[in-house]
Amino acid sequence: MGLKNLTGLVLLSLAVIVLPYALPDFYFKLIQIGIYALICIGLSLLLGYAGQISLGHAAFYALGAYTSAILTVRYGWSPWLAVWVGIGLTIILALAIGIPSLRLQGHYLAMATLAFGEIAFVVATAWVALTGGPSGFGHIPKWNVFGYRLVPPRADQAIFYFVWAAVILGLLVALNLINSRVGRALRAIHDGEQAADVLGIPTATYKIKIFVLSAAYASVAGSIYAHVSGYVNPGPFSVEHSILFITMVIVGGMRTVWGGVAGACLMGLLPELLADLEHWRFAIYGLILLIIMMFIPQGILLGVRDLIAWSLEKLPFRKADSPGETE
Amino acid sequence: MLKIDRGISQGIIVFALLLLASGIFFACEQKPQQMEETTTQQATPAPEMQEPMAPAEEPQAQAPQDEPIKIGAIFAITGRAAWLGEPEARTAEMIIEKVNGQGGINGRVIELIVKDTQGAEDRAVNAVRDLFREDVVAIIGPSRSGTSMAVADMCEEQQMPLISCAALAQITEGRKWVFKTPQKDSDVVIRIYEYMRDHGMTRVALITGTTGFGAGGREKLKEMAPEYGLEVVADETYGPGDTDMTPHLTRIRGTNPQAIVNWSIIPGQSIVMKNMKELGMSDIQIFQSHGFGNYGYLKAAGDAAEGVLFPAGRALVVDDLPADHPQKEVLSKLKQDYETRYDEPLSTFAGHAYDALWLVLDAIENVGADRAAIRDYIENRKGFVGTGGVFNFSPEDHTGLDKDSLEMLTVRNGKFAIPGGE
Repeated sequence: MGLKNLTGLVLLSLAVIVLPYALPDFYFKLIQIGIYALICIGLSLLLGYAGQISLGHAAFYALGAYTSAILTVRYGWSPWLAVWVGIGLTIILALAIGIPSLRLQGHYLAMATLAFGEIAFVVATAWVALTGGPSGFGHIPKWNVFGYRLVPPRADQAIFYFVWAAVILGLLVALNLINSRVGRALRAIHDGEQAADVLGIPTATYKIKIFVLSAAYASVAGSIYAHVSGYVNPGPFSVEHSILFITMVIVGGMRTVWGGVAGACLMGLLPELLADLEHWRFAIYGLILLIIMMFIPQGILLGVRDLIAWSLEKLPFRKADSPGETE
Repeated sequence: MLKIDRGISQGIIVFALLLLASGIFFACEQKPQQMEETTTQQATPAPEMQEPMAPAEEPQAQAPQDEPIKIGAIFAITGRAAWLGEPEARTAEMIIEKVNGQGGINGRVIELIVKDTQGAEDRAVNAVRDLFREDVVAIIGPSRSGTSMAVADMCEEQQMPLISCAALAQITEGRKWVFKTPQKDSDVVIRIYEYMRDHGMTRVALITGTTGFGAGGREKLKEMAPEYGLEVVADETYGPGDTDMTPHLTRIRGTNPQAIVNWSIIPGQSIVMKNMKELGMSDIQIFQSHGFGNYGYLKAAGDAAEGVLFPAGRALVVDDLPADHPQKEVLSKLKQDYETRYDEPLSTFAGHAYDALWLVLDAIENVGADRAAIRDYIENRKGFVGTGGVFNFSPEDHTGLDKDSLEMLTVRNGKFAIPGGE
């Protein structure tokens, strides 16, 4: 996986361990952001490597959350088992959406997932008997790790570790994938689909696989969310959130999975940091997005790296700015 | 590089520009009536309000006398539910200023820590975590049912009294530390159905919004109809984005109902009334829920709202109340204070925050700034005269209001009124 990424993971783990002690009044805000980061890792695989957009990731997030919630509350399952059922259901649905739309060239997946996201939201809202409707339902069992129940707010620190352990694990899986044969094939597809085809790479199959994997990331994030918050309602799973996730990935930088994590942190914390500015919040928020998109389209993470490199070498572009280098 | 992403990035630039433009517009619009910053605290009582006794200077036996008592408040001050949260936050801040101006409670200044949830669950959860760290003695809010449900278990776990300003019955169900001030859905249904029964109506059509508020009402309406000899002949729903309910109403008209209940808290409810007028359905009596109790919705419906019937708290018809009504004094005082200060008509939602905050302040005055004591006191509080009604709490009932807290209201000459008067 490369020394760089290994160092990155070790540094991230250290930061995660230290943070609750360093910033005891702040770290808990990163619990929800960690959940978003997990979704963004999956989404950055899809965006950055398969070059496809999903506008329905909030629906896969919902699928994980609701499957977990329903199985544990109505049927008394353990959260640890429910996650797998959530993943299974997500894989089936992602295949059903991905197979027809990814065999075609162009952004058909975006359209299909947009529709799916909207349908999922309507189902969550209208199928009251199953999902509890707009009021949702609560009393969802909390995670139980080695006999220790992760009940907020008492176990906030443990919850924080739990969520970010999942993020680091998610990063590990994604990084391993990228640096394998599959990753190289995906990069070939991203750079030129026809060229990849000619080289004998089954492009459609790879795109479907990566889409299913990224949906599974969202499903796991949903299960984690359900058992951390103890309450699900359709609110956090609207299409608006799908767009938020994509924005996170693009702002962070979609050419590396680290960008997903960086984007989730930045976009998640911005509204928090700007909360004191009351009514100017949205304007500043828009301005920041605008600046990032216009001047650092490679995302905040690579943008900062390039800036450092530039200031070091006094060169506007570095030769080594290829995806292979960044992983 | 980045050739596939160009389309997306251009899209985001457009989105960001729109956000920027609307943000600036929003900020400019809000500026003239800018609210207090997040923390409203008056360290010293305002001189003009100071009483001759100056209770704050009196030396007291207890140690932390000079430290303010902290109360948390989480409302949807901005975002989609801002029309709920903004009057709530304003009311709470106004009360605290007044209380501190008169020397605080038991000689101690009250510090209200206001957090904006933007109506979002994750933000409400983080706001509550912030408030736990601030060591508040109680929390009032949130404004919405979804956000209230999201934080209820945490408050229960932390043994923090929470007085929600949202309507959903589930919020307090099975919880020891959670109370709420809005009237129960079931009581609103009872008032509507009793009226129908007394006026010989048997066929009722439902049209409800697909938010937590609408779904809760729909469930209760369907469940309780048989008790009142009513047959639900139609059951339509509409979403927050719907702008035309003509198809729903045409279907409803086909079922030949005597009355329609439009239960919703989203702007679509005004469209329903307008569409009914357009369709010439004036022979069918329209009932609204207490979610209609907002001047914005009244204005949006225009003259289509004339003659509508809806049960709501008495905050909307303060001037029509007889002088000897138990709530007259509380309501007219709040109305006068609120309307002179903010130059907008008093809504029932402002009243929910008033009740929630005063329940806490009243408890602190009587049993001191201790969470468990506050909870126990509120749970056994009887005869608390608020804006929503006269509250009688008990361990089984954390809402404290019954159907008498509601008044059947109508709209006459573009104003909320008690039917039959004048």
